[in-house]
Amino acid sequence: MTTASTTLAQADQALPVDGGTRRRPRRGRESDDTRRTNWWATALIAVCSLTVLVPLYLAVVVALKTPDQLVAGTGFEWPNPVRWENFAEAWERTSFPQALMNTAFITVGSVAFTLVTSSIVAYALARNIHRPFFKGVFFYLLAALFIPFPIIMLPLVKQTAILGLDNQVGMIVLYTIYGLSLNVFIYTAYIRSIPIELEEAARVDGASTWRVFWQVIFPLLTPMNATVGILTCVWAWNDFIMPLVVLTDPAARTLPLAQFVFQGQFNTDYTVAFASYLMAMAPLLIVYIFSQRWVISGVTRGSIK
Amino acid sequence: MSTLTQAVRTSTTGERRSRAPRTRSEHRRAMPAYYWMVWPAVIAFAAFHTLPVLVGIFFSFTNYAGYGAWNFVGVSNYLNLFRDDRVLQAYGFSFLFAIVATLLTNLISLAIAMGLNAKIVGRNLFRGVFFVPYVLAILVIGYVFQFFFSNSLPKILSGIPLFRDNILTNPDWAWTTIVVLAVWQSCAFAIIIYLSGLQTIPSELYEAASLDGAGAWRQFRSITFPLIGAFFTINVVLSLKNFLQVFDPIVALTNGGPGTSTESVTLLIFRGGFSGGEFAYQTANAVIFFIVITIVSLFQFRVLQRREADF
Repeated sequence: MTTASTTLAQADQALPVDGGTRRRPRRGRESDDTRRTNWWATALIAVCSLTVLVPLYLAVVVALKTPDQLVAGTGFEWPNPVRWENFAEAWERTSFPQALMNTAFITVGSVAFTLVTSSIVAYALARNIHRPFFKGVFFYLLAALFIPFPIIMLPLVKQTAILGLDNQVGMIVLYTIYGLSLNVFIYTAYIRSIPIELEEAARVDGASTWRVFWQVIFPLLTPMNATVGILTCVWAWNDFIMPLVVLTDPAARTLPLAQFVFQGQFNTDYTVAFASYLMAMAPLLIVYIFSQRWVISGVTRGSIK
Repeated sequence: MSTLTQAVRTSTTGERRSRAPRTRSEHRRAMPAYYWMVWPAVIAFAAFHTLPVLVGIFFSFTNYAGYGAWNFVGVSNYLNLFRDDRVLQAYGFSFLFAIVATLLTNLISLAIAMGLNAKIVGRNLFRGVFFVPYVLAILVIGYVFQFFFSNSLPKILSGIPLFRDNILTNPDWAWTTIVVLAVWQSCAFAIIIYLSGLQTIPSELYEAASLDGAGAWRQFRSITFPLIGAFFTINVVLSLKNFLQVFDPIVALTNGGPGTSTESVTLLIFRGGFSGGEFAYQTANAVIFFIVITIVSLFQFRVLQRREADF
């Protein structure tokens, strides 16, 4: 659960309701930053950013080569001629459409269920944290953050098999439940900063607790929904160990799992394999490129005080 | 689930916070709707998280192989763990890897975050680039690294025997490639955390310091580092905890090899538990692993928190 590590939300430092005030001073500073442009730092950062870009470049050029071109060079040369058939072959051999559908289904399902369930639980906990039962539940969920996955792994596989949850639906259930601890933590801090007067106004008008949640609280949670949604999405899309141990049917394979299986079967067929890696990484990468600022600010919001 | 720190933070601050709203609770019991909101989640969580943990602890006292009959064997699994060279080696590797990777991740990402925080051209572009590894599956990009180490590097650095002979097959040095991959990916997140920490420092502090004649290193030691102490603590605790459980990068690069020289505890539990017929034995290993991780994290948190306060 790498995405979980993302957050160190500190419950005692509730976020401002608009979630953006913290960054406002920065934006101001940036515009009237009187410092001179630091060209040394620019150059250093540019060089360092190559470490990120070079592996991606390597992935692209290898995916466009013929096996002969690959054997002849170090892998970094630009391919001439370009071999697009690698993608078609990878599409077939890794059953890419199926893996993509599985991953998309699991990711969308996990994000949707996570947003609804985690926010409801967090709301009930945040508004009743002074009551022993709710406080107990809060710490029960938090304590789970200490427990590493390996201790759950072996018994879990038996359990999902017995319950018939060794499939995509089971994955959604597991991501939703295992994400609960962290998400409740992120949400509660935020919900506690929402003035209770907003709810009381609705209650005076006769709204039930559920109605108050759906019509008053949930819309106000949008910034945190974005944060939790991004974390869950990246986690469910890229996770490897959980699909590896839980999923049994080859038809249920997710994208990372399909790459793992493909690697095991054709481990020297690099050009086709790389085309398949690129296709597996592309969807999330493209989404990220177009929503970069939003993603970074969403993740930051969840992780700082 | 890696966020130990939060748990620690809340457990230390929870007491104080929980007192505030008490004044406005007129009802002794919460409204039923609140219970309906919480119970299903608690039951589901107990069934899919707590129950497997308890089942695991139960079987760790048996000789269950993952199938067939089993008997209670007391604590012999636990005793055998401490005599098993493969297990000890896995712990040794996991710790060596985790410590080196944690140090490198934090050094590199702090340096890059400071570079990004300076006035540079194209800051947002670079910030976006450095975050890219976060959205990539480490297993998949790991295969690209695997190709790089096994096929490209031997040709590029053919003058150096270590690289020419494929570093992934070298029992003494293969672990460094796993460090490279893991650090490459986890820097993405750490940089963002450090950057947001650095941005909370008012620039007036640096102006005042440079008027007083403080050099760059002095400014870093006396202003920057103390003020981002909390971010440093969080990043170190989280990275160490995540790195101790390393799995994906190993599968992508060496698969535990050559031999078992890069086998981490998680990989060992996975292999022994699923294909080695050591279900009970490896659950015992997992229980020990859980205790080790908890102790390490708590200890680390203590030490780092104290340091932070000392500045």
